[in-house]
Amino acid sequence: MTATGSPVDGLLATVAIVLSLLVAAWALVAALRHRAPDRVQLVGLGVLELALLGLTVLAALALGGGERPGEPGAFFGYLVTLVCLPPLAAVLARMEPTRWGSAIVCAVCLVTPVVVVRLQQTWEVLGG
Amino acid sequence: MAELKTARLTRTNAGPGRLLIAVYLLFAIAATSRAGLQIATKFDQAPLAYLLSALAAAVYIVAAVGLARAGHAGRRVALACCTVELVGVVGVGAFSLARPDLFPDETVWSGFGSGYGYIPLVLPILGLAWLWKTR
Repeated sequence: MTATGSPVDGLLATVAIVLSLLVAAWALVAALRHRAPDRVQLVGLGVLELALLGLTVLAALALGGGERPGEPGAFFGYLVTLVCLPPLAAVLARMEPTRWGSAIVCAVCLVTPVVVVRLQQTWEVLGG
Repeated sequence: MAELKTARLTRTNAGPGRLLIAVYLLFAIAATSRAGLQIATKFDQAPLAYLLSALAAAVYIVAAVGLARAGHAGRRVALACCTVELVGVVGVGAFSLARPDLFPDETVWSGFGSGYGYIPLVLPILGLAWLWKTR
């Protein structure tokens, strides 16, 4: 198999990780300032979700092209979890219109990059 | 503002409690998928570790529900779960260091939760503190 590279390890993944960390930082500041989740956080979560759905499309295209993840079970588990994270944060943030809502957004946006990296690792395995 | 705060603090499912529930949910998802995958694909390799993963997953789910339900029963359930978690993470953590041969594969609780940034160790303590604070 010629190395076409991992579909989940590229510019879009980097954008998702950076964006997630930015939203986490913004939400942390909001939480420290006793602010409820604001529009910036919700829009940030929306854009993050778009980036993650983009990653899913790239993975689907690669699968359609005959490529396979190193650990399929774990890969799809992480992928499904990943696209559920921003909506989960948004729903919980809407339920909790206090500083703790911002803290929830911060926590979820800190977890998201970890899941992206795990996703990349479960694709790579075979190549070592 | 002050009376609003005290009124809210008697509920386990508002304010900081909601953050706690969110983190419990994340760990419930992580532990459930990990245990499910391990048991489905390679149960024979480390049955003890995988069964413990499944137990941890169940405890996280029940703890999240208990905290979210807020009532007396919910509090009692959450208290039991947090206690089991604390005993589990300390016990399995110590055991995985003392008898690594019994744990050929990682669980959420091995090494005191080191694979998960020690959050599994901190979480039950935060849970118990939160239950104490809202008692």
